[in-house]
Amino acid sequence: MARLLLEDGTRFEGEGYGAPTTRVGEVVFNTSLTGYQEVLTDPSYHEQIVVMTAAHVGNYGVNFEDAESEKIWAAGFVCRSFSRISSSHLATGTLQDYLHESKVPGIHGLDTRALVRHIRSRGAMRAVISNEDLSEAELRERIFAWPGMEGRALAGEVSCKEHYTFAKGNRGRIHVLDGGVKRNILRLLAQSGCHIEVFPADSPAAEFGVGCDAVLLSNGPGDPASLTGMIREVRSLLGKVPLLGVCLGHQLLGLALGADTFKLRFGHRGGNHPVRDIETGRVEITSQNHGFCVDPKGVERAGGRVSHVNLNDGTLEGFVHDDLRVICVQFHPEASPGPRDSAHLLLQRYLHFAGLT
Amino acid sequence: MPKRTDLKSILVIGSGPIVIGQACEFDYSGTQACKALRKLGYRVILINSNPATIMTDPEVADATYIEPLTLAFAEQVIARERPEAILPTVGGQTGLNLALELFDAGVLERYGVELIGAKPEAIRVAEDRELFKAAMEEIGLQCAMAEVAHTVEEAEAIAKRVGIPTVIRPSFTLGGAGGGIAYNLEELREIVANGLDLSPVRQVLVEESVVGWKEFELEVMRDLADNVIIICSIENVDPMGVHTGDSITVAPAMTLTDREYQDLRDISLKIIRRVGVETGGSNIQFAINPRDGAVRIIEMNPRVSRSSALASKATGFPIAKIAAQLAVGLTLDEIPNDITQVTPASFEPSIDYTIVKIPRWNFEKFPGTGRGLGTQMKSVGEVMGIGRSFEEALGKAIASLEGGYMDSTGLSDAVLWEKIAAPTPDRLPALLEGLVRGFPTAEIHAISAIDPWFLERMEDMVRAERRFEKGKMPEKADLYAAKRMGISDIRLAKLIGISDTELTKHRENLGLHPVYKRVDTCAAEFESHTPYLYSTYEDEDEAGESDRERVVILGNGPNRIGQGLEFDYCCCHAAFAVREAGLVSVMVNCNPETVSTDYDTSDKLYFEPVSAEHVRAVVHREQPRGTILQFGGQTPLKLSHRVGTVLGTSPDAIDICEDRRRFNSLLKELGIRQPEGEMVATREAGFAAASRLGFPLLVRPSYVLGGRAMAICWDEFDFKAGVDEAIRVSDQHPLLIDRFLEGAVEYDVDALCDGEQVHIAGIMEHIEEAGVHSGDSTTVYPAIRLSAENRAEMEAIVRRVALHVGVIGLVNVQFAVQQGVVFVIEVNPRASRTVPYLAKATGIPLAKIATRIVLGEKLKDMGSLKPWGEGYYFVKAPVFPWRRFVGSDVLLGPEMRSTGEVMGVGRDFGEAYAKALLAAGLVLPVTGAVFLSLKEADKHEAPAIAEPLHRLGFQIMATRGTAAVLQKAGIPVRKVWKVREGRPDVVDLLKNGEIQLLINSPLGRKAQYDEAAMRRAGLRFGVPCVTNLQAALCLPAAIESMARGERRVVKLQELGEAGG
Repeated sequence: MARLLLEDGTRFEGEGYGAPTTRVGEVVFNTSLTGYQEVLTDPSYHEQIVVMTAAHVGNYGVNFEDAESEKIWAAGFVCRSFSRISSSHLATGTLQDYLHESKVPGIHGLDTRALVRHIRSRGAMRAVISNEDLSEAELRERIFAWPGMEGRALAGEVSCKEHYTFAKGNRGRIHVLDGGVKRNILRLLAQSGCHIEVFPADSPAAEFGVGCDAVLLSNGPGDPASLTGMIREVRSLLGKVPLLGVCLGHQLLGLALGADTFKLRFGHRGGNHPVRDIETGRVEITSQNHGFCVDPKGVERAGGRVSHVNLNDGTLEGFVHDDLRVICVQFHPEASPGPRDSAHLLLQRYLHFAGLT
Repeated sequence: MPKRTDLKSILVIGSGPIVIGQACEFDYSGTQACKALRKLGYRVILINSNPATIMTDPEVADATYIEPLTLAFAEQVIARERPEAILPTVGGQTGLNLALELFDAGVLERYGVELIGAKPEAIRVAEDRELFKAAMEEIGLQCAMAEVAHTVEEAEAIAKRVGIPTVIRPSFTLGGAGGGIAYNLEELREIVANGLDLSPVRQVLVEESVVGWKEFELEVMRDLADNVIIICSIENVDPMGVHTGDSITVAPAMTLTDREYQDLRDISLKIIRRVGVETGGSNIQFAINPRDGAVRIIEMNPRVSRSSALASKATGFPIAKIAAQLAVGLTLDEIPNDITQVTPASFEPSIDYTIVKIPRWNFEKFPGTGRGLGTQMKSVGEVMGIGRSFEEALGKAIASLEGGYMDSTGLSDAVLWEKIAAPTPDRLPALLEGLVRGFPTAEIHAISAIDPWFLERMEDMVRAERRFEKGKMPEKADLYAAKRMGISDIRLAKLIGISDTELTKHRENLGLHPVYKRVDTCAAEFESHTPYLYSTYEDEDEAGESDRERVVILGNGPNRIGQGLEFDYCCCHAAFAVREAGLVSVMVNCNPETVSTDYDTSDKLYFEPVSAEHVRAVVHREQPRGTILQFGGQTPLKLSHRVGTVLGTSPDAIDICEDRRRFNSLLKELGIRQPEGEMVATREAGFAAASRLGFPLLVRPSYVLGGRAMAICWDEFDFKAGVDEAIRVSDQHPLLIDRFLEGAVEYDVDALCDGEQVHIAGIMEHIEEAGVHSGDSTTVYPAIRLSAENRAEMEAIVRRVALHVGVIGLVNVQFAVQQGVVFVIEVNPRASRTVPYLAKATGIPLAKIATRIVLGEKLKDMGSLKPWGEGYYFVKAPVFPWRRFVGSDVLLGPEMRSTGEVMGVGRDFGEAYAKALLAAGLVLPVTGAVFLSLKEADKHEAPAIAEPLHRLGFQIMATRGTAAVLQKAGIPVRKVWKVREGRPDVVDLLKNGEIQLLINSPLGRKAQYDEAAMRRAGLRFGVPCVTNLQAALCLPAAIESMARGERRVVKLQELGEAGG
């Protein structure tokens, strides 16, 4: 019997899957119907136990192409029903083995809809997932030994440790500050012909902010406000070089401009969120994964303008600061997983904004 | 963008009668569209020939025309109503085709009418295979390699290029009619010839075969601001090669990686933009090679479809309603999501459950035709199961089929393998039985190409079943595990060897009840305000509480011949009436095509099988005042003793009518005449009864629907065959053998009874003489051949029976009148198939009033029940699926085979009859030649048929015997050979186009083969064929009306205004 215990005492039982181990993290849910491998390997899920709302996960196995980083970052994986087999011409293995090898526990067979509704009303919270024979007291202890997500600076933990060249190209030179970057961001930029250099999250602006046509601040895990070092470095570059942001990068840019960030009750995670692009008026269906949000008032005070709004809850999804040459979005234009409606941002708009034609 | 203000009134085109490939999903979509447009303030005009629809209720549109869906009649409606726009995308292929016809004929231009939703160019690109293929190539997409052929020779040449097996698809036909897969050149020639005939533009597509590839569908929506979203992905369990309407399908897609799915999504966006569907929904079908992921575009429907209805029910996203709103200029982000209320419609539904759709077939009604499934759709209905896993959804879908699911336990392994390999309706049961016997999934996959993932899940179900043993009551844990797999109580009971009643009781005693989850479009991310529910065995229940009393209404389950849209119509009205009475209406049904399973129709929708197990669970959860059974046809009646309190006619009263012995003694007690008859249990007893009663006889099994295996036996030879078949079908129940009332005229009477008073709602007369199933009869209201005495007698009988039995609500009594003597044929203590038709003909909402009675009101408090439309005639005509069941004869009989109905309204009988026939697709000639061939007993009527036709200028042709009678009567006639009598024979003349109308009352067994050949030829060459004497006698009136050339259209609402 496998268990998922939440910090408020709520308890779910199910069948174990993946690794026979115990992990703690923030329990969050994702409503994507496909793309579990991309979710698992997205560094932004570091220290999170991910509940997939889809009824069946694991059906098509795993493959080399769909990994968004070199490993699974999620702390645990939860679903109504995981597949034992993989059925796809692309598959190189099963999800079961993949989780097992990565020492990530999974649990299925529980009422995930009840769990999701609980998270929806009480908010994302600390939890422990266990495939081991541990007492409930022990499990509870583990939960409370874990500090939670708020105030956590995690980008450094998932970032590359050394600077590397991702792709050579001649359309311009982009430096990516890696707070947990997803591969598909790099792939799309490379596809557009840019030269891509990737820098560790703790790099000083003097390193990643010079000798390039633009700096892209990547997605990543944790509480953005706690990344004081990164915010400081980014602030020092405002107005000096075009700054592009995705997700955590967007939050850092907001903070650098003096805006506040706040935690959403249960975040946005999925591939179906409608976002209005104020410039074109069009609605794009976006891929999302964030638990924190930038307060638009601060952005506007700093002279920025809102460029994207979430149509479900009206939260800020992107802004532009023309004078300081800042452009960023909260959602994931690189998709992977999710709809590719906004890929044009990375392929065109960002580059044009940075003067790369 | 705000809604368009330059439009004031909009014409909505319905899809006409229920036919295979176009069923009540278009009542659902059309009704939604009409409601949505009216809510936006537009004046809605509706044309639809189908009276059994909710959409043709006078309250749904501002102006409702139940008229033939033809150019001439549509033009009349346009001329009279002058709409500024037409919404052609919610009426299926029929709606699109009619809209294009109006455009091509210049009608739209003449009256300044705009097509909204889809423009003619877009419709053409999507529908014309050549244009579509070129368009796809232009945007870098690949369709299956294919070329268009206009002749058989061209087709052969193409087949040599794309390879055999080859798929043949005729252009512009419904549900792929006339298509098929050719495995050799001979087959190819045959299918192509038939396909060219059926295609209105005489072209077929000859296509590379992708049989065995995986098949997917995406439902796409676009608005005028070019926002495009995907509502739902659907994966077919049956791979390519089986029409998607005949495939078991699953949502969401199960075996695509995100990359693959997003590729399909991107392609779909490209396609809807290239084809140019400006607003609304489209459906795009894909084939994917399971070996390398290669993608082929199969087709695109630039309109709402059967799949979009399924997708709407599968996700809770009302595609047709939103499509209508988009057509008038609103954008997706301006429309709120009904279910969450706080988020806009511009999002993509996410679901945290699985749905499985299983089609329902009626092959048994069409002997002589194979059970093979291919590119031409054959199913007549479908069920949807919702569960938290694929297994549970599949199990619930199977439970929803009501035993319309073959028992394969008696088959040999070899036969099972055959049935797994070749797609037929038996494939799923054979597959499950194979898994029970341990057939390896790898081999099943190899032979069927069904994805291993589905097979693995089914194997899990079978594994859960293994824990059940004969004679051992199951433990709670095992039972819980099995229920989570969706395995029904019926199935488990069978494994244990007890009755399902016992098993259900055992489960309930263990405290094992399902919980209910909501279909909410968003996988619980937002709160749902709409109780659209399904059962599952989990922890949390979301059904919610109501402070008002609940009333449960049972739907009719999957559509099938004999039980279809008419009953859904009644169930919807029941829900409306319950709601109007201030109570909470709770609907239980499992048919995704219907209006009753629209979450808007009832206060609470339980999308569940209409079976004892699932209905009991709903009753347990809701604790209602009671359950209403009488509107869902035969299906709910069978549950009368198992659902707690029944509202309306009591279970015992139902039994009196359903149990032949009790019914017979009742009639005897009341002194009411019925055809002499006996009940027998064995073949021997049957023969003894036959010799006592004398021929002709009517043989029928008890407890069957739609006259299944009913037969008229003229002599012992017929009787032998009839008895054997009836015994086979009746499953231990006794057979009924009645004297057949030859030449009698039949009547259907629908009535309301409150226990104290009876209201005769209407007496409808069958045009054909007795012997044709009432559902297959052409019917006229008011009756035209009924004497005042007979009428009075019928009314008196209905009153007596209804009061005596204790009917509370609706009752239907069928009569036959033979030479002025009235016989009761049967009494149905429930809403009948004719209720919606009669409601349209009289303007009285019968089902609603019946519901009020069921809830306790009295007839005397109902106000005036005076019918409208005095001076009008209303003819209902059936529509048959002959063309899909090649090889089966077109003769009418006591077994029902029509799929749908139309209504014609006229100032005289001839006009109404002509319109009904026209609406049913029977285009009566107004000039040319009529061929008559009547059986001996009918010959004396030949002059009565021929004389008026001669007067109308027709040339009369007849076979020898019939010709002699005509000559004697002084009517000029040309003698024609029957088949095999000499050449040129009647079939030759048919082929040469020398005959415009066939009238043939069948001679009986001996000549049947030749006559069938003639009737089939008529069908093939589009020559109408009338096979019934009484119908033939009525024809001249209809032809005369057609010849007058009047095309008067009648607005339903004005019948009411006229004061009726």
